[in-house]
Amino acid sequence: MKVIKIDKNTWASGIDSLRSGYRLVGPVMQGDAHDFKELTSDEAPDMAFGNTRLSPKSVVFPQSEPMFTYSLDENDPEHHILKDAPKDYSARAVIGMRPCDAKAVALVRMNFDTPDYRDPYWMDAYDATTFVGLACDNPCETCFCTTAGCGPYHEEGLDVLLSDCGDTYEAKALTEKGEKLLASAGWDAEGDASVFEPKKADAEAKIVTKVETANLRGKNSLDLYDAPFWKELSFSCINCGTCTYACPTCWCFDIQDENKGNDGVRMRNWDSCMTSLFTMHGSGHNPRDQKHQRFRQRFMHKLKYFVDKYDKGLMCVGCGRCVQQCPANIDIRTICNKMNGYEAAS
Amino acid sequence: MQNPYKAYPVRIDDIEVATADKTLRTFKFVFLNEGDEEKFAYNVGQFAELSIPGQGEIPIGIASSPSEKGFVMFTVFRTGKVTDHLHNMKVGDVMGLRGPLGNWYPIEDLEGKNIVIIGAGFAFTTLRSTIKYLLEPENRKRFGRLDVIYGARHPGMILYKDELVEWEKRDDINLNITVDSTDDPDWKYHTGFVPTVTETQAPQGDDDTYAILCGPPMMLKFTKPVLEKLGYKADHIIMSLENRMKCGIGMCGRCNIGKELVCKDGPVFTLDKLNEMPEEDQ
Amino acid sequence: MESYIGKIREISERLLSDGTVECVVGFRKGTVALTNEPCMITKAEDAKDLVWDANCRLNLANYLTGRKEKIAVIAKGCDSRNIVNHIIENKISREQLVIIGVPCKGMADKNNPESLQDNCATCTHRNPVIYDELCADLVEEQTDVDKYEDVRAVEAMGTQEKWAFFEELLSGCTRCYACKNACPLCYCPTCFVDESRPQWVGKGTDPIDIRTYHFLRAYHCAGRCTDCGACEAACPQNIKVRQFTKKLEKDCNELYGWEAGLTVDQRPPLDSFKLDDPEKFIM
Repeated sequence: MKVIKIDKNTWASGIDSLRSGYRLVGPVMQGDAHDFKELTSDEAPDMAFGNTRLSPKSVVFPQSEPMFTYSLDENDPEHHILKDAPKDYSARAVIGMRPCDAKAVALVRMNFDTPDYRDPYWMDAYDATTFVGLACDNPCETCFCTTAGCGPYHEEGLDVLLSDCGDTYEAKALTEKGEKLLASAGWDAEGDASVFEPKKADAEAKIVTKVETANLRGKNSLDLYDAPFWKELSFSCINCGTCTYACPTCWCFDIQDENKGNDGVRMRNWDSCMTSLFTMHGSGHNPRDQKHQRFRQRFMHKLKYFVDKYDKGLMCVGCGRCVQQCPANIDIRTICNKMNGYEAAS
Repeated sequence: MQNPYKAYPVRIDDIEVATADKTLRTFKFVFLNEGDEEKFAYNVGQFAELSIPGQGEIPIGIASSPSEKGFVMFTVFRTGKVTDHLHNMKVGDVMGLRGPLGNWYPIEDLEGKNIVIIGAGFAFTTLRSTIKYLLEPENRKRFGRLDVIYGARHPGMILYKDELVEWEKRDDINLNITVDSTDDPDWKYHTGFVPTVTETQAPQGDDDTYAILCGPPMMLKFTKPVLEKLGYKADHIIMSLENRMKCGIGMCGRCNIGKELVCKDGPVFTLDKLNEMPEEDQ
Repeated sequence: MESYIGKIREISERLLSDGTVECVVGFRKGTVALTNEPCMITKAEDAKDLVWDANCRLNLANYLTGRKEKIAVIAKGCDSRNIVNHIIENKISREQLVIIGVPCKGMADKNNPESLQDNCATCTHRNPVIYDELCADLVEEQTDVDKYEDVRAVEAMGTQEKWAFFEELLSGCTRCYACKNACPLCYCPTCFVDESRPQWVGKGTDPIDIRTYHFLRAYHCAGRCTDCGACEAACPQNIKVRQFTKKLEKDCNELYGWEAGLTVDQRPPLDSFKLDDPEKFIM
C-alpha cells in the first residue's frame, strides 16, 4: 500500500476538504483533558495530544444509543411492535486515533461480528468509519502496548497510519478506505516509506513498562480461577465502572426500555461487570455478589478467557487508561504478572 | 443478516394458570406475520427472549415441541418486573418473541440410545418439549428406552398434568412423578426428592444410556453424584443452565461462566464440559 | 507528614502481633505517581508496607462497612468523622475498631500536587474526632477559612445561570459511579439508581438522568457528608461533584447548627426531630 507525504501547510485545507464527505471525529481539549468528539465546522483535531481520557470506542459504540422505538398506545395499529430507531450511518472519519485504540476496535469486532450474528448498530457504524491513526513517538509512562500485543506504530485496525515528521506527516494507506480518504483530502504527494521502521524502533524503545503474558495461554483456567490472590488484590477496588468505561476493549452493555407516556425507546447503554447487580438473577440469586468475584471476572475475562477463546492474545492493548484513572490504584499490570507467574500448589 | 435484536411480533393466544399457587402461567404465542413461524424453527432445549416493549425482555425455555405447529408455548414463573407484567397480560395482547436462541439437547446424536429425563420444579419446561418430541410417532421408534423422573414440591406445583396423565398410559415411556411431600391420602405416585427417586428408578448408566437434567441448583447438585454412582459418565449427562441474560446472542458479555456464554455456547452443556468451567458460586 | 509513617507502622505491627486486631486497613505505595492504594494487612511483618503521605485521598471508612472482624484503621480527621457516622448508622461497631488517628495537614490536589485538594484547603476538622491511638501530635485547626464561598456564588446565580452552571459541571459525567462507590455513606445494597420497580432514574447518558443521579445522591448525603473529598478524588473526569453535597452541608449547618460525624452521642438532624426545627422549606 502506498505512502503519501502530507505537507503540514496543506493539513488544514485537507481536513476542510474531508468535511464535505465525512463527519470528522478527532481529539479536542475539553476542560482539562482531551476527548474524542465530532468536530464542528471550525474545529480541528488537536494532533499534539497524548491520549484521551475516554477511548474513541464511542464512535462505533456510543455510551447510550436507541435501538428501537415503540408505541404503547392501543389505538396505534402497530402498538407493542418494535420499530427501527432512525440512524445516521453516513461516512465518518476518526482523525488522530492512537494505534492501541485502533487495535482495540479490531478486537472488539470479534464480539459483534460472528458467523451466527451481526450486531447491526456496531457493524454499520464500523463499516461507515475510516480510522486515521497517529503513531506515538512519545508514549506515556503507563503505556505497555508493546507487551500487550500492539505498539506505538501498530497498524491493525487502522485505514491510514500517520507519522509526524516535523513539517510533514508520512501517511501510510493501509486499506482501500484509507486510500480513498487521502485522495478526498487532496493529499497525493509521494511519501517516504522508509521512515516508518526506524521511527517505530525509536518509539518502542521508549516504552518503559511491560507485562508478562507468555504463560497465560498455557495456564489452567480453573487453577487461575481458584488462585488465593483474588481477595487480596481486590481489596481496594471500589467496584465502580471507571476502568470498564475508559477501556477501549470493554464492550459489555445493557438493554433498557425507557417510556414517556405512550411512547418508548429501547436503549443500549454501556454496562460494567464491576457493578454489583450485573449478574443478579430474577430469583434474587447473584453468582457474583461479592467484590472479589466481580474483580476476578474482569481480569480473567481480559487476560485468560479471551485469550483461550480467540487465540489472538490479550483483551487489552496496553493503553494505560485504567491504570491512570482507577481511583483505588488497581493496576492491571500487577495482576497480569501475578496471573502469568502463578503456579498452583500441587 | 437480520437484526438479531428485533423481536417477531406475536399475539398471546392462550393463557393457562399452570400451578395451584398461580405463580406459573403457560402462554401460547402466535406469530402476527406470515413466514415468521418458519424463521423461528427451533430445536428441543432452546430458549427465546420474550420481549415486552416498554418493560424489557426475559429468557425463557421453550416448552412446546418443534413438532407442534401454529404456536410456541412457554411456562413462565412470576418473579420480577417483566414476568409480573406478563402475568397481567391478556389473550390478544401483542408483544415480541426473539429467537430461537442457544444450543439444544443433542437428541439427533442419541438415535438408538436410551434416554433418562430428570427434571424438577419449573425447569421441566424444556424437558416437556423434549418428551413431546420424542413421543411423536415418527420419532419414538428411533430411540431406545425412555425414562422420566419429574419432581415438584407438592401436587399443586406439577406442570402439564393432563399430558402426564396421557403419557402415563403409554407403554413406551416409564414415567416417575414425585413430590417432596404431600398430605393427599390419594397420592399414588412417589414421595421424596428427585435425587432419591433417581437412585431407585433410573436405569443403570452405560455407553448407550444418556441422562438429560434440568432443575434448580440444589437438585442438580445432589442428582449428579447419584447418576455417577449408577455409572453414568460425565459425557453422558446433559444439563441445561441458566444465568442472567440481556442480549441472548453472546454479545453483551453478561452470562459467561469462564469463557462459555450460557446464551450461546449453552445453555445445554454436558457434565464433562461443565467440569472444565469455573464454579461461579464460590 | 512523612514522619507519621514510623509511628503508624509501629502501632500497626504491635496491634497485629499481640492479636488485638485481625487486620489493619491503611495505604500502601501506589504503582502510579501521586497515588496510594488502600490495603489491608493481616501479618505484623507487612506493617512496613504501609505508607502515609499527601496522596492518601480515599476515605478508609468506606472499607469498613459491614465487616465483622476486629480492625485497626488509619483515620485522618474526615475519615474519623465517617467512622462516627458508621457507628451511628450501625455499619460497624465501636468495639470492633482500633482507630489509629492521623492529625492531617491536607491531601495534595491530584491534578495540581503543589496545591492542597479543595476540601482540605477549607478543612476545620483536621484532627481525628475519635481515636484509640495517635500517630503524631494534634495539629492546629484552621479557623479563618470560608467553607462555603463557592456555594454562595452559585446560590447568588439566577435560574438560567444556575442551570447552565450545572449543565456545564456535569457535561463530562459517564455514570461510572466512582463518586458513589468511593463514598463511605453510599452503602445501600440496592442503590436508587438500580431500582427497577419502580425505576427512578434512567441508566444512560441522558442529561436529565445524570442530573437526577447527582442531585438525589447529594440529598441522600445531607446531614451525613463530612466533605472528605473522596468523591472528587475518585472521579476520572475531574468533575467537582462536591458542588452538590456542599450546598446541603451548608443548609444543615445553617438550619440545624449541624456538622456531621463529630460525636457518636447525637443523631443527625434528618434522623431526629425537635419541636423548634425550621420548617420553611417544607411549608
